Amino acid sequence: MNHTPRSLGLRLVFLVLPLLVALFVSAVILLLLNQEPGEVLRQAWRGAFGNERRIASVLNYWIPLSFAAMGLVITFRAGLWNIGIEGQMIMGAVFATYIPLYVPLPPILTISLSLVLAATGGAIWAVLVGVLRNRFGVHEIFGGVALNAIAAGISLYLVRGPWALVGNNNQTPVFPRETWLPTISDRFGVSQLMLILLVIAVLSIIFLMGRSRWGLQLKATGRNRQSALLLGVSVRSVSLSAFILCGALAGIGGAHRVLHTYHYLLPNVAGGIGFLGLLVVMLSGFHAAIVPLVAYFMAALSAGSTRFQTLLRLDPSLIDVLQGILVLTYVLFSGIQDRFFPRIREGNEEMKKEITTNE
Amino acid sequence: MNEALINTLNSLVSNATPLVIAAIGETITERAGVINLSLNGSILLAAMVGFAAALATDTLLLGLGAAVIVGAVIATIIAFSTIQLRRDQVAVGFVLTLLAAKLADFLGQPLNSASGPSFSKQPIPLLADIPILGHIFFEHNILVYFSFVLVIGCWFWLFRTRPGLAHRAIGERPEAAYARGTSVNRMRYVYTAVGGGLVGLAGASYSLSIKIGWPSIISYNGDGWIALAIVIFAGWHPFRVLLGAYMLSALRAAASDIQKSSLNIPAELLNTGLPWILLIVTLILVNTGQIDRLLIALPARMRGRFQALLKSDAPAALGERFEAS
Amino acid sequence: MQIEIRHIHKRFGSIQANDDISIVFPAGRIVGILGENGAGKSTLMKILSGFQTPDEGEIWIDGQAENYRGPQAAIALGIGMLQQDPLDVPAMTVMDNFTYGAPGAFWLGHSHLREQIQSTSAKIGFDLSPDQMVNQLSIAQRQQLEIVRLLALGVRTLILDEPTTGISSDQKEQLFHTLMELAREEGMTILLVSHKLEDVITLCDEVIVLRAGKLVGQREMPTTKSELVHLMFGQQLTEERRNERDIAQSNIVLQLDDFTVETQRLSVEPITLSLHEGEVVGLAGLDGSGQQPFMRACTGLMKGAGGRLRLDGEDMLGRGYGEFRRAGVAFGAAGRLEEGLIAGLTLIEHVALSQASDHWMGVLDWQKAGAEMQTRISRYDIRGAGEDMIEALSGGNQQRLLISLLPEQPRLLVIEQPTRGLDVDSVRAIWGQLLARSEQGAAILFSSSDLDELVTYSDRILVFFEGRTHLIEDPSQTTVSDLGHAIGGAFDSVQGEHVRA
Repeated sequence: MNHTPRSLGLRLVFLVLPLLVALFVSAVILLLLNQEPGEVLRQAWRGAFGNERRIASVLNYWIPLSFAAMGLVITFRAGLWNIGIEGQMIMGAVFATYIPLYVPLPPILTISLSLVLAATGGAIWAVLVGVLRNRFGVHEIFGGVALNAIAAGISLYLVRGPWALVGNNNQTPVFPRETWLPTISDRFGVSQLMLILLVIAVLSIIFLMGRSRWGLQLKATGRNRQSALLLGVSVRSVSLSAFILCGALAGIGGAHRVLHTYHYLLPNVAGGIGFLGLLVVMLSGFHAAIVPLVAYFMAALSAGSTRFQTLLRLDPSLIDVLQGILVLTYVLFSGIQDRFFPRIREGNEEMKKEITTNE
Repeated sequence: MNEALINTLNSLVSNATPLVIAAIGETITERAGVINLSLNGSILLAAMVGFAAALATDTLLLGLGAAVIVGAVIATIIAFSTIQLRRDQVAVGFVLTLLAAKLADFLGQPLNSASGPSFSKQPIPLLADIPILGHIFFEHNILVYFSFVLVIGCWFWLFRTRPGLAHRAIGERPEAAYARGTSVNRMRYVYTAVGGGLVGLAGASYSLSIKIGWPSIISYNGDGWIALAIVIFAGWHPFRVLLGAYMLSALRAAASDIQKSSLNIPAELLNTGLPWILLIVTLILVNTGQIDRLLIALPARMRGRFQALLKSDAPAALGERFEAS
Repeated sequence: MQIEIRHIHKRFGSIQANDDISIVFPAGRIVGILGENGAGKSTLMKILSGFQTPDEGEIWIDGQAENYRGPQAAIALGIGMLQQDPLDVPAMTVMDNFTYGAPGAFWLGHSHLREQIQSTSAKIGFDLSPDQMVNQLSIAQRQQLEIVRLLALGVRTLILDEPTTGISSDQKEQLFHTLMELAREEGMTILLVSHKLEDVITLCDEVIVLRAGKLVGQREMPTTKSELVHLMFGQQLTEERRNERDIAQSNIVLQLDDFTVETQRLSVEPITLSLHEGEVVGLAGLDGSGQQPFMRACTGLMKGAGGRLRLDGEDMLGRGYGEFRRAGVAFGAAGRLEEGLIAGLTLIEHVALSQASDHWMGVLDWQKAGAEMQTRISRYDIRGAGEDMIEALSGGNQQRLLISLLPEQPRLLVIEQPTRGLDVDSVRAIWGQLLARSEQGAAILFSSSDLDELVTYSDRILVFFEGRTHLIEDPSQTTVSDLGHAIGGAFDSVQGEHVRA
């Protein structure tokens, strides 16, 4: 992620090539499973762009996924592995549930307050990871995994205990109809509010990363914390701010799940979207601008997994496997590319290392 | 001694066994300077494959063998992508942990709660007759005994043998190991694969001993991460790995006891949350050196000895690439 | 044993490190390999000791062409090398380090090796205790361990790379005595890589000089220092001395009163010191004597343990690096790419990052940063372009950039090892910039393991030994050799006073 190839053309080739190889490997696996890769692709395409309803279902998966993934772009830039993203989404969903369930307010207030609360909940959960790391030296991966489990425990407890729906211990009561997010149309059940928020988030993150001083400080912190500190970056605040922003975005993503997708809280509300977000960012080669596209592709696969089952008798969990293989192949192939065609890229690490150590 | 307590201790030892095996495997890998972050997924996949193989062949050993191979293959992918391809160990390990868990889900569906073979208890003659201790430690199945041998063997290997000296050196200072004629990267492959194989074995010991079958072991999902944390808590030392795994197992047992005694703590929170909270607290204690401070109460002479015992510096070259010029 | 190298070539990227070098090293002699940094002497020795393979050329040992790869193979042929930073495993005991690499059985049975380590070290006058952890040893002791280890492995040719950096005069005398005996009595070949003329003149029978990868001269000792300088640099260097200035009149920048620093391993005795505007104070001492935590405590990177620390009269004890920075303190760390510069960022990005005036929420002005970069590139003579990644620069240029990133008019500059590993041109350029800042009123605190550098540039020298300190008020009255004794703990050998309140 730290190379700057000479020409834009080469840069594109090297961006896209590992992606194509990853797709090819997935196709081979489908062939091995006696599936027609072309048919799967056609169905995925139809699912993704086929008709209004399908596009809407993909978008409804894409929105929370993109919120999470864009947040992760920030933490990755700061050199942080925010595996706690799943828990941050759950906490966002939990925080967003309270008002619709218990506080009767005008719909506009309910929705806006819920979103603010959701962002706060996600941010709190992320700050915990950050504080554990900054103050207590607990690596963010352990902090994140632990807080994921605790968040899952909390949502499980609420759903089964205080917020339980009588006679069903797997969900809360359904929210009142008027607190649901308004949609573009009945057939096209996508929340325009969330779409707009997402577009704003994507654009401002791309801008912040490339043009703001804060973005540069993030990058510096991610590359070399100690040097950044000595150059005057307050690395603790910078990495904490990365966690806060990522957590807030993940929280809004979690809110989308309860306020729009389900209209109630359930134990596994994040449904692995946070983890998928990590895969999306890796598959995008950590480039913010590509993330929404890759997220759309992944969302089309995930949202279409039940259709694959009915149409092609493909097991839905195969989609998860394919997504993992896609990213693994991408990571490995980009390694092969760097390793065996180093001259094409400008940053020939090896040579530079030799020169600097020899001085 | 109270018989119920002894029984509890007995099951505690057997329940901790997969954690012991997995954490020793990871200790072996990390002592060589490589981080295998795929533990959680590896354990699930190996558990599934191990159970399926045992079920299909009706041979427990083949089940174990299959699980070991699964763990070793995943670990080798990590070694290859980090040594040869210079990828980030965390990235590859994380993708693999997700992928392996998903694969286990997908491939394990036909098993769907089938009943299959499992390891039965084989008390060790004579040793099992020792009062109290005999029942706690020597009335188990063969996997538990293997974990004892593993811990002791690992300690001997690392601290009392010549290849073990080289093993530690490649994780501490690979340049020095290279200067002394050790093929650093080749040995890193070997130890990563061996460690991964043990992680696979840990998986099989869930599905063939602790909670027989698939997907019933899903309730232990997360143990891979716990094993990783135990390695840190243990300061990469085999005996402390054993201690850490037993302590965690004891806390789990205590948690379910508290729940039964109907104290007013929600079960969901206790079961899913408690081990993690403890884990975080332990890591905080280890990382901030608070444990050292607790030692101040001791007389100065003993303090030094305890400090050495509690020392938990990571292998200095953990996660670092090595390339001979 | 006699080693003959024929037509050795070695290239790293665009740099020709060794260019057609042929020499004979006869048995029983001590040969000095001289050359400034980057002349190719380390590369040549790494080739001899198996750490690197030549692109072309042959090595003949006792009349036979040998083609070997790897340090272990070189040791088997009798060639061992002591690296500048000894290649041992710090987290292990002396015993383990000695055992590892020596032939022996599967199990570690320590008894005969324990005897061997004690007898070998006794024979050459070293004192090593087998159960000590290597990370508790001084550099000199770690060198001794490596030498004993290599001797026990049957090495007949011993290569030493800059062994006198970071050790005291006493330790150096002991080392030289041992090397002399090994050559005279055991008939060993000793190759001493150094850029210090005094060392070579004291010890060697013969000297070869490399410049820009080529062998440019070979002389029997004794020879004159000026001839060696001429061979090394191709010209005469003028001795550098600082202008006399009266600093006692100027304002006090940093005032320390009974200031103490503590680390896990060491506590530094209370220090009382006033640092004036324009003053340069050098910190001397072996690694780990306390100067490093002291410097970091003076920048807020570490908390001082007690006493008072005032910057321009303001009490700063217990405050963080950010506040020190705002108060005009700048810090340059020894490891350039570890602490200071950021691999993966371009030069312009570094400049943009260091522009403290902009608010963090602000939008970056790349044009302004680019223009700023250009002025710095020309002012500091940095060879590189704004879009270059920092790791693509040579060490000298990295250090120049690092200096250029320091604030223009700091109150206090704290710099670790400002010129370590740099060639003569870079050293002069760096000091030019540092002294320019001091003339504008900055106080400078720097550490160095180069005693020459300390004596040349310091107005006063603070010597550290195991946490004790000693202030040399007038370095011009102090010789390098006296200073070398002082860093070994012999504070009597230099004038000055024990720094206490």
